[in-house]
Amino acid sequence: MVSPLPPFDPKVASNFLFKHGHVGWLGLEFVSHGENWVELKLPWREDLLGEEDRPILASGPIVSLMDMASGISIWTTMKTFTPVATLDLRVDYQRPARERSAVFGRAECYCITRSAAFVRGIAYDDDIDDPVAHIAGTFMTISKDPRRGKL
Amino acid sequence: MASSDQTKNDSAKMLQLPRYAQSLGITVSEYEDNLPILSIEFGSIIEGRPGAFHGGATSGLLENAGYAALRAVLETEGRDPQLKPINVTVQFLSTGKSKLTYAKGRITRLGRRNVNVSVEAWQDDRSRPIATAIMNILMVDRPK
Repeated sequence: MVSPLPPFDPKVASNFLFKHGHVGWLGLEFVSHGENWVELKLPWREDLLGEEDRPILASGPIVSLMDMASGISIWTTMKTFTPVATLDLRVDYQRPARERSAVFGRAECYCITRSAAFVRGIAYDDDIDDPVAHIAGTFMTISKDPRRGKL
Repeated sequence: MASSDQTKNDSAKMLQLPRYAQSLGITVSEYEDNLPILSIEFGSIIEGRPGAFHGGATSGLLENAGYAALRAVLETEGRDPQLKPINVTVQFLSTGKSKLTYAKGRITRLGRRNVNVSVEAWQDDRSRPIATAIMNILMVDRPK
């Protein structure tokens, strides 16, 4: 079967995806990508604070950042934009993000099976070797439903 | 389980949600068994796929419900520590549709330094949660 579409381009897709909805509201930006990974930026915003008495980014936006980066890393790896559903996402927080600092999220799709995709990633502000959080996510690739026959 | 006439508690207004929760539109809906139920209206700023919740917005609701439940319990014990997230695992069970969504946390185990919280989010049918979360949170006494 010949696909009429060019291979998935994470930079082009990000331009479209980040205009709307939740990630548009967060102001996510595309940074860079490789064969099976993508890095996005979550800019600092005063109204995303997680605590009353400390200027620290809430953990929720970091989940949004890493969920989005995970999805795009899967499409980048598969080279096609196919619906995926997040089954679960785990975030281990190493330290709070620095005050007034943007947070970068790099997600790598390290394995794709017939129906699942596995992602790991790092959120950091300054130095990727000094992470804010590590994540692990599992996704269902909806278009490859094994019930629809041979794959 | 949910009773049909859950009473609105005055302390619902006392519970101050973080800026992030307020920005997202999360509010305290009511109290049940002295624990807050948070809710969020569907809107463009929480939309992922068209007409559906973004997983990050669902996670934000779950995490805030977890912290709100913990704050409520700590308050009854006269404790006011700083809360630091250790980790969170979110399970997405079904698509969050474009409707009002609720979440409630319960404290699975409260220790002196650590607490384990489980949270459920649901829409029309409480017996069919759309997402759940398990959170481990570190509690640090504030400097006197």
